[in-house]
Amino acid sequence: MLHCQAVQTDRHDVQHIPPQQTDVLVIGGGNAALCAAISAREQGARVVMLERAPQAMRGGNTRHVRNFRVMHSTPLETLSDCYDAQEYWQDIQRVTGGKTQPELTRMMIEASPELLSWYKDLGVYFQPSLSGTLSLDRTNAFFLGGGCALANTLYRAAAELGVEIFYNCDVRALDIADGHFRSATYYAGDNPAPRQVQANSLVAACGGFQANRSWLEEIWGPAAQNFLIRGTPYNEGTVLRALLDHHISPVGDADQCHAVAIDARAPAYDGGIVSRLDCVCFSIVVNRHAQRFYDEGEDFWPKRYAIWGRLVAQQDEQIAYAIIDNKVINNFMPSVFPPITADSIDELAAKLDLSPSALNQTLARFNQAVVAGQYDPTQLDDCATHGLHPPKSHWARTIDQAPFHAYPLRPGITFTYLGVKVDASARMQMRNDQPSSNLFAAGEIMAGNILGQGYCAGTGMTIGGVFGRIAGREAACLNNL
Amino acid sequence: MSEQPLIATDVVEPVDETIRLLGICNACRYCEGYCPVFQTMTQHRTFAADTADYLANLCHNCMACYHACQYKPPHPFSVNVPSALAATRTATYEAFAWPGVFANLFKRNGLVVSTAIALGLAIVLGLTVLMNDSQVLLGTHTEPGAFYQIIPHAVMVAVAGTSFVGALLALTVSLLRFARHIGLRRRDLSRWRVWRQAISQVVTLEHLGGGHGDGCNTVDDAYSNRRRVFHHLTMWGFMLCFAATCVATVYEYFLNRLSPFPYFSLPVMLGSIGGLGLLIGCAGLFVVKLNTAREPLHIRGMGMDYAFINLLFWISLTGFALLFWRETQAMGLLLAIHLGFVLAFFVTLPYSKFVHGAYRGLALLKYAADSQGQATKGH
Repeated sequence: MLHCQAVQTDRHDVQHIPPQQTDVLVIGGGNAALCAAISAREQGARVVMLERAPQAMRGGNTRHVRNFRVMHSTPLETLSDCYDAQEYWQDIQRVTGGKTQPELTRMMIEASPELLSWYKDLGVYFQPSLSGTLSLDRTNAFFLGGGCALANTLYRAAAELGVEIFYNCDVRALDIADGHFRSATYYAGDNPAPRQVQANSLVAACGGFQANRSWLEEIWGPAAQNFLIRGTPYNEGTVLRALLDHHISPVGDADQCHAVAIDARAPAYDGGIVSRLDCVCFSIVVNRHAQRFYDEGEDFWPKRYAIWGRLVAQQDEQIAYAIIDNKVINNFMPSVFPPITADSIDELAAKLDLSPSALNQTLARFNQAVVAGQYDPTQLDDCATHGLHPPKSHWARTIDQAPFHAYPLRPGITFTYLGVKVDASARMQMRNDQPSSNLFAAGEIMAGNILGQGYCAGTGMTIGGVFGRIAGREAACLNNL
Repeated sequence: MSEQPLIATDVVEPVDETIRLLGICNACRYCEGYCPVFQTMTQHRTFAADTADYLANLCHNCMACYHACQYKPPHPFSVNVPSALAATRTATYEAFAWPGVFANLFKRNGLVVSTAIALGLAIVLGLTVLMNDSQVLLGTHTEPGAFYQIIPHAVMVAVAGTSFVGALLALTVSLLRFARHIGLRRRDLSRWRVWRQAISQVVTLEHLGGGHGDGCNTVDDAYSNRRRVFHHLTMWGFMLCFAATCVATVYEYFLNRLSPFPYFSLPVMLGSIGGLGLLIGCAGLFVVKLNTAREPLHIRGMGMDYAFINLLFWISLTGFALLFWRETQAMGLLLAIHLGFVLAFFVTLPYSKFVHGAYRGLALLKYAADSQGQATKGH
């Protein structure tokens, strides 16, 4: 049974009213939601998709992504060499410290090459790995134009297939009884009247709760007010909380989030990739009191940026400053915000509102501890400090060549780990270990099944794509029974 | 902690807005696969006006980077690269216009070109009527040299020659100054591989292909080669018409064959095929432009676009009218009307959309020189 309805996704935002009944209801508007909606529609189901954002800001955190991680045994499309299932598995094992569900993870890895060709069939284009990301050209397929371009193509494909897409629809409550979904209550735009949509099955693909300040505060205390959210402001976890309240089994720790140190001047939401800073390993990082607090040169920045969010979050006022001198200013990717620059340490301290004497002292101690070595930003070199606590293990060079530059750092939250437990058919599991009857999940909201902790670049998109397709297919199949 | 670089205002100079955006794009780089603008960007850490002007003219306005942008409005960064680069392009045409006093002609170019058309028509028609006895003007002329019965050969050569040579001179001076501004060196131009790459990218309009060959964005985020096809028809149509004029000149001066030429002569065939290209190409571009999503456009600069394709369209249409009715009494007036449009084209040539091809050609030469320089270094 096909219910075709042309849905306008072009700029003439035609306002439709969502139906009150459908086969499959997809909540969310990012990669996972789109993959689910398209797959369900491919099975012939009537699919309604409720995206909370307005059309101009649609796509959730997919807006900001650039690639996904793909297994491949031979050079493929834009991917060089080979990246086999075993190596992929080991990478997931390593970053999660074993906190992963092996069955689901292996299945996702095996399904990743097919996702690549499925994307291509839908009209998604890929490009060689971007400059400055050479280390990923073997493992990750880069979307041409990035995540917004991917989302545009998927939205277009979904609309052409007849998925009914509605923007500005904020789902606030779910009617679930004994693991059986009946309807969702949502608010459309500014309309104060709640609406309901019934569906035979639900796919929840609407992310974590990282944009929900009060939820973050429950876990992190007042410090959460100083967190910057790198992605969409629409992921407030309303649906996640509703599911957990209805006895869906949780996965992942509520107090775990992917926190990166980013430029403190970034906007509170949606700063995306350009707010990253690559200067930390060439700098010393001091807190509000002009004191160092961690080894800046422990490892390459791509391997360490995800611990620095938490480190900065633990400092007073959740702020820190990476300080470099003019020697290394060209050793890292340009940042969107210019450095704060001064001709002397005193002047720099004044500009940063730090104690000049404390900063001078910290720098003097550091400079004295630097042991001469062969400086090489491309490898773990032997420039280290001696007798300093905390040490700087690599790329330690005296900071003495004016002008001096500083970049302010704050924690930037990419996503939260708390989610719902699913099985290999993306079906949500209840607390009593029974499967739910018609509830499915895909994307960030269930990523904790694969990534119990840690992160591996591009895995989030693979999770969203693979489980999105499964969830859509399975949700649609319930209608055919 | 100034957040100045991220604030978009309506009052900044186009080049300053472009520099602001280049800083954001260079920290993002997601669009690297679309076109050379983004690939070139990564060679820089900071951007000065000369680089901004170069990249603005390297941009083919395919608009892919707008639709793909995570920072496009309503995001607070308000990134709109196609619009900013289009505004900067027009500003470079102004900045390098010669003589400088004519720079303002780019500001209200639609008005300028339409006034030029009106004056061109008035002058040519007026003089034709004044200088000819009405029996000659409305008579039937079919013999070789028939056109010169209406407008004497010497007058035609003097007017056309002066306006064409003047236009060419003005454009050449502008281009030489722009070439120096963007750092195109004489020795770059002595390498045939630089020319080969640039010419190949011009004749294929490679960079309207979106990086994947499926075209650019027009109506919305869908890719289409529509604009590329119509631009090809316009460009090649114009080239064929120009070739027809050159061949006709050779015929008249060296082979002693005077116009009007037979329908199946080389000049008429070249002109007819070219004219057909212009008719279809210009009409197509007109419709494509009208239906293009407004957000990534630099609306204020589009008067120039419409004026130019409109002028080319009418030159072609009146050319066909002259061809079809040249053996009737209407020939005299049709000739005057056609030449009125042609005169307007030549007079405005260095101050119209025509210059975009030349500026972009220089930018492509610069890109070819730089990318091959790097390739050589790489070896």
